[in-house]
Amino acid sequence: MFGAGGGTNSYEEVEHTDLIVLWGSNARETHPIFFHHVLKGIHNGAKLYVIDPRRTASAQWADGWLGVNVGSDIALANAIAREILVDGLENRTFIDRATLNFEEYRKSVERYTLDYAQEITGVPAAAIRELAHAYARADRAMICWTLGITEHHNAVDSVVGIINLALLTGKVGRYGCGVNPLRGQNNVQGGGDMGAIPDRLAGFQSTADAAAREKFEKAWNCTISPERGKRLNEMFDAMEEGELTALYCIGENPVVSEADRHRAVRLLEGLEHMVVQDISLTQTARLASVVLPAAAGWVESDGTVTNSERRVQRVRKVIEPPGNARDDMWIVAQIAKRLGRDWGSPTAQDVWDEVRSLSPMHAGMSYERLEQLNGLRWPCPDENDPGALFLHGRLWADPVEGPKAPFHAVEYSAPLDAVDAQFPLLLTTGRRLDSYNSGVATGEYSSPLRRVEALEISPEEAARHGLSEGEIVAVSSRRGKVFVPVHIDRALREGLAFMTFHFDVPTNVLTLDTVDPKSGTAEFKATAIRIDKIGAGSLAAAGD
Amino acid sequence: MDLHYTQATETPHERAAVDAVLGPADSTWSTGDRRAETESHSAHAGHAARSQRDRLLPALHAVARRIGWISEGALNYISRRLTIPPAEAYGVASFYALFAFEPRPKTVVHVCEDLACKAVGSDALIAELERTAGPGEPQCGGASMWLRSPCLGLCERAPAGLLTVAGDEPHDEPLEFVTALRVAAALEGKRDFGFAPTQPPQHGDPSLRLLRRVGTVDPASLDAYRAAGGFRALRRAFDIGALGVLREMTASKLMGRGGAAFPTGRKWEAVAREPERPHFIVCNADESEPGTFKDRIIMESDPFALIEAMTIAALAATCDFGYIYIRGEYPLATRRIEHALEAARAHGMLGDDIMGRGLRFDIELRRGAGAYICGEETSLFNSLEGYRGEPRNKPPFPVQKGLFRKPTIVNNVETLINVPDIVLHGGDAYAAIGVADSTGTKLFCVCGNVAKPGVYEVAFGATLRELIELAGGVAAGHRVQAVLLGGAAGAFATPDELDAPLTFAGMRAIKATLGSGVIMVFDETVDLEAMLVRIAAFFRDESCGQCVPCRVGTVRQQELLARLAARRLHGSPDEERSLLAEIGQVMRDASICGLGQTASSAVESALAKLNLFSSAVPVDERTPV
Repeated sequence: MFGAGGGTNSYEEVEHTDLIVLWGSNARETHPIFFHHVLKGIHNGAKLYVIDPRRTASAQWADGWLGVNVGSDIALANAIAREILVDGLENRTFIDRATLNFEEYRKSVERYTLDYAQEITGVPAAAIRELAHAYARADRAMICWTLGITEHHNAVDSVVGIINLALLTGKVGRYGCGVNPLRGQNNVQGGGDMGAIPDRLAGFQSTADAAAREKFEKAWNCTISPERGKRLNEMFDAMEEGELTALYCIGENPVVSEADRHRAVRLLEGLEHMVVQDISLTQTARLASVVLPAAAGWVESDGTVTNSERRVQRVRKVIEPPGNARDDMWIVAQIAKRLGRDWGSPTAQDVWDEVRSLSPMHAGMSYERLEQLNGLRWPCPDENDPGALFLHGRLWADPVEGPKAPFHAVEYSAPLDAVDAQFPLLLTTGRRLDSYNSGVATGEYSSPLRRVEALEISPEEAARHGLSEGEIVAVSSRRGKVFVPVHIDRALREGLAFMTFHFDVPTNVLTLDTVDPKSGTAEFKATAIRIDKIGAGSLAAAGD
Repeated sequence: MDLHYTQATETPHERAAVDAVLGPADSTWSTGDRRAETESHSAHAGHAARSQRDRLLPALHAVARRIGWISEGALNYISRRLTIPPAEAYGVASFYALFAFEPRPKTVVHVCEDLACKAVGSDALIAELERTAGPGEPQCGGASMWLRSPCLGLCERAPAGLLTVAGDEPHDEPLEFVTALRVAAALEGKRDFGFAPTQPPQHGDPSLRLLRRVGTVDPASLDAYRAAGGFRALRRAFDIGALGVLREMTASKLMGRGGAAFPTGRKWEAVAREPERPHFIVCNADESEPGTFKDRIIMESDPFALIEAMTIAALAATCDFGYIYIRGEYPLATRRIEHALEAARAHGMLGDDIMGRGLRFDIELRRGAGAYICGEETSLFNSLEGYRGEPRNKPPFPVQKGLFRKPTIVNNVETLINVPDIVLHGGDAYAAIGVADSTGTKLFCVCGNVAKPGVYEVAFGATLRELIELAGGVAAGHRVQAVLLGGAAGAFATPDELDAPLTFAGMRAIKATLGSGVIMVFDETVDLEAMLVRIAAFFRDESCGQCVPCRVGTVRQQELLARLAARRLHGSPDEERSLLAEIGQVMRDASICGLGQTASSAVESALAKLNLFSSAVPVDERTPV
């Protein structure tokens, strides 16, 4: 944000801030390490607000829980902004000096009254007002979000709506103040940092930037296209159109993780050639023409990962990978060799030093320093730089250094998969503490906490459908149907259901694959569904 | 904290009992019956809910007193209200001996099986009770039962008992001079056995200072206390100010009477100097050392003196709030203190503007629930905060990080009641009483085989023999076999050591301790070996289990003493004794609190000084060759 692809704060700051807002994040279960830092903050006196349709384990820790309707976050953010402005709690100095487009933004939130927001979000006006005041008045405050914000058709707008609040109150660019997307894997941040984004090179350098391109072309002795590549959703569209016929899939399990599973499987099956490189024979690998067994990214490989606080950390190889499994780097180099490019056999450190030579924000991070300092946070431009604690301090310089931060007016729009008489419930998806995404990395381990996947519904919903705990039901959406047992949980309310996609239940048969055009992420969080009781006899038929 | 509750729900009675302590719930989320129409989109909890954590023990008490036991549903409800996992609430609740988790009769008679009662024949009493029904067996159509109990702190009226009746109007009363007939009557529903504090044996002695109001001034009347000179010290404290009080306290050389003998003035000064806020004062009234009952008598008979003393301490060390942590087995003292606190508030002696002098201070009474370890100051803090009463490491010391991790004065009841006279008459005058390193007067709990058991006040310097004679000595025709000084955590003295002066130094010379002031006299009819086995059993029961050497060592010590007493050794007598010494050493070296460090001291002193287990020979087939 504001030109940098990472959270603005360090974990340390969460421990010393005054107010933490977890927005669309059940960090207690999905980011347990980060939540340890949140807990330290709480024990140091910080107040916690959690915004989530469900009253999650994180929400149970919170001083205030705002149980928004799924996908109504923009309305909530704008109402908070309006309330801050109505009571004159905005930071005028910061707005005047460091931001752009304020007036336009101010007008855009005008219609988001507390009453209107209550109607859209379901959250009582008093609770919205309380959070608006708590956030605006806090000396230090941080907002952190996860997929509850980004798995929507208007994901980018939702994020912008949150960032607007930080700009409005001057809660960015200071110690303990900022806006932070929490990364769901140990190296989501690192993947982006290394350029695994369709229009970026390592260090977020744009492929549209001729100078950057030239630097990489020189180092790699090749030509780089200035055009943006395809996002995942665009690749599937290209498969549909017959434009994309071969796929090399590394460490991804789209059969399970893509929205609208039936469509995803059909398109993958229609490919002329698919190579899957993974640590186990995933559901996707079973459709592949060639499977390349890979070493695990931890214990079996050397390298680095980058976490949510932008800290680059070393990972070390401890054991040899089993059987024919090979290090990802070795496999890629071998493929390059067969394609006519001899990269030799670089070590992880060789690759890292190349990153440092090409990505200025990583330049100061030698292996020695990463080792000594337990990692470093980017940007770290030279070997004397301690790495950045928080980003955008420049916005507080007088005059502001670099470009000002613009407000962007954003408007609420309802989830696309609307509920109606036929599909009256909204299903939202997420993860559980001891399981991980499509289960490739966790499904093989037993866990005392794990229970069979279930459709979680409220006691009221269970009563309305006459369902009891554990009863298997048919869950249908406009795209498909799955059979799943019911789990009754007070954390949900009428009209709301929850499921994960960790295990056997092909949850994404139900979800809609329409994406946010700005991010390419599907609206996993909002699927209109219907629950049907099934007789004992139809269960066998359901087993296909 | 992940809050996973079982399906069990509380009864309306249980809910009412808990709500009476915690107040009505501000959200139906915290009661387990969230109302979808009003609260499905917002909730409050967090710091506000967790800040009531210290009310966990009072909430458990409330259920136990109303219902008689604590059900899974009640635990669920308490846990929801406090937003803590039920497993954690269970961990705390099950730490305390007074709580039960299975249905039990509403009427329970606790019968003391500890040292002082044993010395006057409680073994026979218990044997007689067992002929009708064993401990814990429901009687009278399931309405009642009796239980064995560790020392109930009624040693001057041994054998002792405690009657607890759960219900909408719970009833607790101490039972004195218990007989099988009395127990039977209580089990059958008789109440009000007429326990009332009597005058101390030294009644009328003009030299009494700490005991001068005991038995003569109505403990239920603030006016009576004031007429007897009460609150004059507090007035003077206001006049001389905090620094003046600290000066007098230091000059008095008063040493803490809780056992550690730390200079009280220095403790207060240390808290006064701490910049961190708030400051607390905690009165340690968890008097659980077997043979000790002096604090109980003070609280039953002179409760206002304790309040006055704590208020003076609050003034001197700028304490914002005070707690009295009283042991759960003291029903009369609890009622008297509660009444005195209410009266003091009504008369402006506690509250926002004490005596119109601008001091804001109040005191809350908290009850323990049957855990000896909670007399250890850091365990007491944990217990008060709603955690298991396990000791903390020191440092940091309580004056730096005590209750709620804030600077805290923690003083024993007896220590505190010295304060008013020191402030009133000056520290120097106080220091002139007693001897150089032990100033003032001291309360002793003389019990066991003496003619007039009771609490005695003497100036430091009196000898053990003088005190026993003051208590009427042993019965005619009998002789002193041994004296246990300082309670179960203390040490034995032999008849040859009776001329030792009762000072901190004098006790050190005979390798004993004043401890809590217990002087338990055993004549030659007492089976001392059985006493040692009982002491060992006591420590095994009361070890909190946190430090492995104590958790395991107290068990091994009891097993070993049982073998010695039964003359069934695993090895030669020397080997068994050296093993016992080794167990004691490891507990002393590696336990973090006084319980583990002293769990072997009485046993070791008995073995060193008294000729016990002499005919023990190895007969066990496992004897090493």
